[in-house]
Amino acid sequence: MTSSDQTWSFLMGRLSLDALPLHEPIILATFAMVALGGLTLVAALTWFRLWTYLWKEWFTSVDHKKIGVMYMVLGLVMFLRGFADAIMMRIQQAIAFNGSEGYLTAHHYDQVFTAHGVIMIFFVAMPFVTGLMNFVVPLQIGARDVSFPFLNNFSFWMTTAGAVLVMASLFIGEFAATGWLAYPPLSGLAYSPGVGVDYYIWALQIAGVGTTLSGINLIATIVKMRAPGMSLMKMPIFTWTSLCTNVLIVASFPVLTAVLVLLSLDRYVGTNFFTNDLGGSPMMYVNLIWIWGHPEVYILVLPIFGVFSEVTATFCGKRLFGYSSMVYATVVITILSYVVWLHHFFTMGSGASVNSFFGITTMVISIPTGAKLFNWMFTMYRARIRYDLPMMWTVAFMLTFVIGGMTGVLLAVPPADFVLHNSLFLIAHFHNVIIGGVVFGVFAAINYWWPKAFGFKLEPFWGKVSFWLWVPGFWLAFSPLYVMGLMGVTRRMRVFDDPSLQIWFVIAAIGAFMIAGGIAAMLVQYGVSIMRRDQNRDETGDPWNARTLEWATSSPPPAYNFAFTPIAHDLDAWADMKRLGVVRPLDGFRPIHMPRNTGAGVILSGISLIFGFAMIWHIWWLAIVGFAGLLITAIAHTFNYDRAYHIPAETVAATEAQRTRQLAAHQGASA
Amino acid sequence: MSTPQQPLPASLSGATLTAGYYDLNEHDHPEGGSTLLGFWIYLMSDCLIFAMLFAAFGVLGGNFAAGPGPKDLFDLPLVALNTAMLLFSSMTYGFAMLAMQRGTKGPVIGWLIATALFGAAFLSIELYEFSHLIAEGATPQRSAFLSAFFTLVGTHGLHVTFGLVWLAVLLVQIGQRGLCDANRRRILCLSMFWHFLDVIWIGVFTFVYLMGMVR
Repeated sequence: MTSSDQTWSFLMGRLSLDALPLHEPIILATFAMVALGGLTLVAALTWFRLWTYLWKEWFTSVDHKKIGVMYMVLGLVMFLRGFADAIMMRIQQAIAFNGSEGYLTAHHYDQVFTAHGVIMIFFVAMPFVTGLMNFVVPLQIGARDVSFPFLNNFSFWMTTAGAVLVMASLFIGEFAATGWLAYPPLSGLAYSPGVGVDYYIWALQIAGVGTTLSGINLIATIVKMRAPGMSLMKMPIFTWTSLCTNVLIVASFPVLTAVLVLLSLDRYVGTNFFTNDLGGSPMMYVNLIWIWGHPEVYILVLPIFGVFSEVTATFCGKRLFGYSSMVYATVVITILSYVVWLHHFFTMGSGASVNSFFGITTMVISIPTGAKLFNWMFTMYRARIRYDLPMMWTVAFMLTFVIGGMTGVLLAVPPADFVLHNSLFLIAHFHNVIIGGVVFGVFAAINYWWPKAFGFKLEPFWGKVSFWLWVPGFWLAFSPLYVMGLMGVTRRMRVFDDPSLQIWFVIAAIGAFMIAGGIAAMLVQYGVSIMRRDQNRDETGDPWNARTLEWATSSPPPAYNFAFTPIAHDLDAWADMKRLGVVRPLDGFRPIHMPRNTGAGVILSGISLIFGFAMIWHIWWLAIVGFAGLLITAIAHTFNYDRAYHIPAETVAATEAQRTRQLAAHQGASA
Repeated sequence: MSTPQQPLPASLSGATLTAGYYDLNEHDHPEGGSTLLGFWIYLMSDCLIFAMLFAAFGVLGGNFAAGPGPKDLFDLPLVALNTAMLLFSSMTYGFAMLAMQRGTKGPVIGWLIATALFGAAFLSIELYEFSHLIAEGATPQRSAFLSAFFTLVGTHGLHVTFGLVWLAVLLVQIGQRGLCDANRRRILCLSMFWHFLDVIWIGVFTFVYLMGMVR
């Protein structure tokens, strides 16, 4: 090694010009597009002088509503990336027959399916779910913010930093080619010497800090900050499911953190936790990661069950059927989700008795889930149902999710699983529950709470176009996978020998293109609605005639949410207030104590990003500088004791007077 | 502030109704009302990380890969001394808490410094032990048993290090602002953290060292 080489590797670690994908035309073209789009965005923001606005009003905001919206934006952007990966796989598999290699090299294809899974779970579904909880929960419990507003901002930016790392891996170096859970020994140093797995590790670790902290934050919020009178059994269902989800987050993400630390030690220090030799046990990794992984799917779906409960009650115009059983079902699912992890690897050879135990616990979970479905159906029974978009998504969910649930019970039978393990049947099953459950639920939630967030309703036309492309598109894309799975086709294949399979993959690809149309229609829906916002204004704050407290304040809510904290007397607190004709207080306003915005979250996450990048590329000096920077910034932040201010009573009075005028104008218009 | 459990009778109206459904006499919520609960939940999440490391040690603790085992490596009297240091540090922290209850700043600082010294002694002994093991060739890379040992004990040591940094920062802040509400909260949180590390160490001492010797 020459001395200039040594200087270079000291300064830049493993990073060199070879890391840029100059020889991969597909990635290069993508990079050109992303760079162009990014530059246009930056130029536009600069031209319209929006940077200061964004920094002051959004990036440094500790307002749970704004953070919630930012999470949703992050989820949406990453959703487009994750879907691009999906459609690339569908095209590859539809054409790679009869000797054709398709258009993706093996190395690239492996990264695509890994990135697809990682992005969709960690950077799409998690931000969507966290964003919804952040936005809705404090409003639903009549609070003014979460327990730890700064931590909330910090959590969001850590999640974003993780997402940035995953995106960076597309253009600088590579991503893991191991599958989304990075099983060793494949993910160990011996078989994955490159930076891909390191990108995976650091992206998830940095985002995981955010997730764990936001879990702690929301638990404390729900436990400590409920409106007076709102006992646990008077909490709205969405708040209940959020509580259970956050308990699951706090009880499972540390497991992921620990197991990834062990994997990084194997890769960075040369320990032998998961190696093949010197006493390591790769099977322990599989156990540990699924102890996190199974609760994770319930972390995603529980709040969505909450969304459907709120939507069903609202659009059926009556109290949710079986509230207590819904609560108990949620809690039972929370507990059971911990004792089923082994069903992900029945074939590992744990023996018949262990497999039976986990097979039975898995089947038992379908009981509380079934109870939930019956509750929704009984709520709909003899109700005057309004089929607005949120309700349409709910019905689509009920039909789709039931099928996914049933194939899940099928897979829970160990002998059946031995046949279907790692087949396309499994792929169809979990997309059936995650798309049919989580994704449809997020769309229901977006259509339901959008007016609350922005003060105007979404246009239903493009939403319905999206719905009718999405739902049949989903079935077209995934039914063939069930069929092929039963025929024994395994997952993660790049080319196929048997030409008779091609027709199924072509059908699946057509379904994927219908979904692409559905996504496009959804984006058009947002665009058209924003342009026509003045025609769809929500002046009442309660556009759906809903039942819970978030609809008791204006749309969008003022920074302080409620001028006076509401008192709950009933499960459906807002429906109760409307029934009695409670008039909101019109005078006697007081100054309101609120947390102050801070840039510390952005700065800390930015440094974490640099630290992660330096660790990935073995740029040790930068990693040390980054770590020291993190420590110093964090300590400096603790010296800031002045974290709150008062909104003056006059400002509150003016805001509330504005709302009174708006309400009066609306009543005048409708009278 | 009224918190009736039953729906109010519908015969009520106007201002009475409003007063029943809105907290008109609200005062500022004291800052940090959820801090202790939040910190406690964080500790439980940290406890889970340790649970994973204990589990890893439980699974891999016998995989010596023809290398040295606990009986060849552990020096129990040294570990006992180390344990004593940590237990003493917890005791001195307890005295700091008592002083805080009395509201006397000087003794709080004094006891916290004593805590830091015991903590530093603990860390020094641990580092001495580690360097000794590594010098003997019992490195973390040698076997899965040693990987799990160094990771579990080292993670605890890292926590103690972090606690010491926190303690130093807190001492400066107490010096600057005295025993204000925010600082009292921080002393309480660090106290929970410190005792938590003590509990974890009891687990390490029993499960890794004592059980290792009879293994």
